[in-house]
Amino acid sequence: MTTVIRVSDVSKKFSLNANKSLKERLVNARTTSEHKSEFWALRNIDLEIASGTSLGLIGHNGSGKSTLLKVIGGILSPTEGMVERRGRLAALLELGAGFHGDLTGRENVYLNASILGLSRATTDKYFDAIVDFSGIEEFLDTQVKFYSSGMYVRLAFAVAVHVDPEILLIDEVLAVGDESFQRKCLEKIRSFMREGRTIIFVTHALDLVRDLCARAVLLDHGVMQYDGAPTQAIRMIRDTWNEEAEVEAEAAAARAEAAPAGAATYTPMRISDVVITDGEGRPKDTFKPGDPFGVECTVTSDRRVTDWAVGIKIENHMDQNCYASNTHLMNLQLEPIEGSRRVAFRYDSIPLVDGGYHVTLAAHGVNGPHYARVARIRNFKVVDSEWQDGLVRMPARVDVRPVDAESLAAR
Amino acid sequence: MAGTSTDLRGSGAEPADSFQEATIRSREEAIEALPMERVNPPRAFFRGAVRDVVDILRYRELLGQLVRKELKVKYKDSVLGFFWTLVRPMTQLIIYYLAFTIFLGNQQPAYAVFIFSGLVIWGLFTDILGGCTGSIVGNGGLLKKTYFPREIFPLSVVGAALVNFALQMLVLFAAIGVTAVFTDNRVVLTSDLGLVPLALLVCLIWGLALGLFLAAATVYFRDLQHLIEIILLALFWLVPIVYPVVLPIRNFTEGGHTTLLEIYLANPMLNVVVAFQRAFYTMGPEYTYPGNLWGRLAVLALVGLGLLWLAQRYFARAQGDFAQEL
Repeated sequence: MTTVIRVSDVSKKFSLNANKSLKERLVNARTTSEHKSEFWALRNIDLEIASGTSLGLIGHNGSGKSTLLKVIGGILSPTEGMVERRGRLAALLELGAGFHGDLTGRENVYLNASILGLSRATTDKYFDAIVDFSGIEEFLDTQVKFYSSGMYVRLAFAVAVHVDPEILLIDEVLAVGDESFQRKCLEKIRSFMREGRTIIFVTHALDLVRDLCARAVLLDHGVMQYDGAPTQAIRMIRDTWNEEAEVEAEAAAARAEAAPAGAATYTPMRISDVVITDGEGRPKDTFKPGDPFGVECTVTSDRRVTDWAVGIKIENHMDQNCYASNTHLMNLQLEPIEGSRRVAFRYDSIPLVDGGYHVTLAAHGVNGPHYARVARIRNFKVVDSEWQDGLVRMPARVDVRPVDAESLAAR
Repeated sequence: MAGTSTDLRGSGAEPADSFQEATIRSREEAIEALPMERVNPPRAFFRGAVRDVVDILRYRELLGQLVRKELKVKYKDSVLGFFWTLVRPMTQLIIYYLAFTIFLGNQQPAYAVFIFSGLVIWGLFTDILGGCTGSIVGNGGLLKKTYFPREIFPLSVVGAALVNFALQMLVLFAAIGVTAVFTDNRVVLTSDLGLVPLALLVCLIWGLALGLFLAAATVYFRDLQHLIEIILLALFWLVPIVYPVVLPIRNFTEGGHTTLLEIYLANPMLNVVVAFQRAFYTMGPEYTYPGNLWGRLAVLALVGLGLLWLAQRYFARAQGDFAQEL
């Protein structure tokens, strides 16, 4: 394996100095040096990337992943340490960064290609392929400012992938465009990988990292937390998300408790004492797929309410709704409520894939308004030994049989 | 037989894979052959310029594209289009001509040619300086997302300014032609025409040197953009464009201010402008600078080169932080 990128002990310091104009500098001359706040966007990063690797850089917002990508791309220079690399590099930090709205599509193709380091002759050679890939030949001689954002992105990506880079840096650019175009981009990226090119991604789409990358680097506040298998990196970042969700849930619970009792508010009901259980009433927060599962809460109403229902929703860490229902949908007619009731949902089995989940509960009228709602009041985790994509865990039996020639002939 | 057929099948079933493998392997070998290069290496303050120039030369195609972009974009949707480039200097010409000949009673022969020969080169200088100053700040979007030598931005401004300059030169030639045919003013070719390339060179060197410096400095002091306009306005009257250089020379000498005169004459743009006047304004040689312009321009070119080198080094130092300052 040949190393194409070597990042040696790179640190990057940003100083936040808001005073830009001469006047501000003069007026604030004394305070400037005091108020100059500095922070390290990257701290002692060491990376060695072999050719043909597809690497995902993941982390929270502000974890330094984009900064690292820019340092590798040469757009920012590191404060300490150094980056070495070989081969042509194309950085897709923003699609169409070099586009100028007043120029036509055709002119922009040439301009953008030359920004990415392609000569005019080579662009001529690839021109038809670029236009073909973008699929906008009708609008080629229209000024780019009249393009829809989709067309814009199509053309930009088409140029970028035809530059023939050895190293491709991609920063969240795949989050744009419609679904079919995204698929086209991903296909192109996969074929890049098959051709043995090196690709570095920055993305929040963890599924994409798991799907495409052979290696993942997790950054947190500029420090490298993990470097290795994508599944492990993703699990680690999910754990930190869960911690955050925990804090949020506590805050939500505190708010719910603090709601003044009996006050003339729009919420005549309150939900309290939410517990996630093993289905038998015992608190539990980590499950294996297939475990029994339950949620219990106390609903309190100061007035007598005849038509009421309790709803439950389970969301995953990506805010995707995994399950939602309520007692009305379950065809349950609840007895009128006055005072407190303990409501328990019980499930025989939890068919969810590995990940962190949030529970939201609500009490509401059968067709009417919410009486009380506690969003993401509790979290639980599902830990699975087997890695699966999607939302639902479906245990499968697979058998593979030989097909004999006779049965083929019979068909 | 059976053996051969399996062999054939074996090699026949593989091609897709082995082909792929071969491209990967050859790609890897090709990469391996390349040297490991350091990204943004810190370059010695004194010796780094050569490497930087080599880098810039590698991107000359981009430079051409950017120059084309500047020119195309500037007057893209206007009816008169490129003609607007000529409107500004022509208007200036008419205003000064009217003001000086009719209102102030200037008696200089072919005064329009006199003004225009100075205006043309002064216009180039102001275009370069004004354009360069905002070139880094104005291209922030591009600069934060892509990498190429940042000097390309000021250089593309120079390129676009040169194209405008060439057009205005055509107008100047036309004006001289008209003067030669329709008036009895003296239009001759003199050896002073040789001063034109030298003067142009001095103008470019100084313009680029100051431009590089201003482009980088504006990133940190945005006020420079506005300041430079004012400075250029003041500088316009320190350069003998609308008045003949012989007037201040006479006045300074009569007043005994020889030091002041020397300072006044040391202005590089003054020397460039009077060189253009000497070359193109042959209608009244008594109104042009009489001294040895060859020597003066040569010295200014050398000093300018030193300055250009210093400016480039400053620019190279500063450019590492452009992306984060913008």
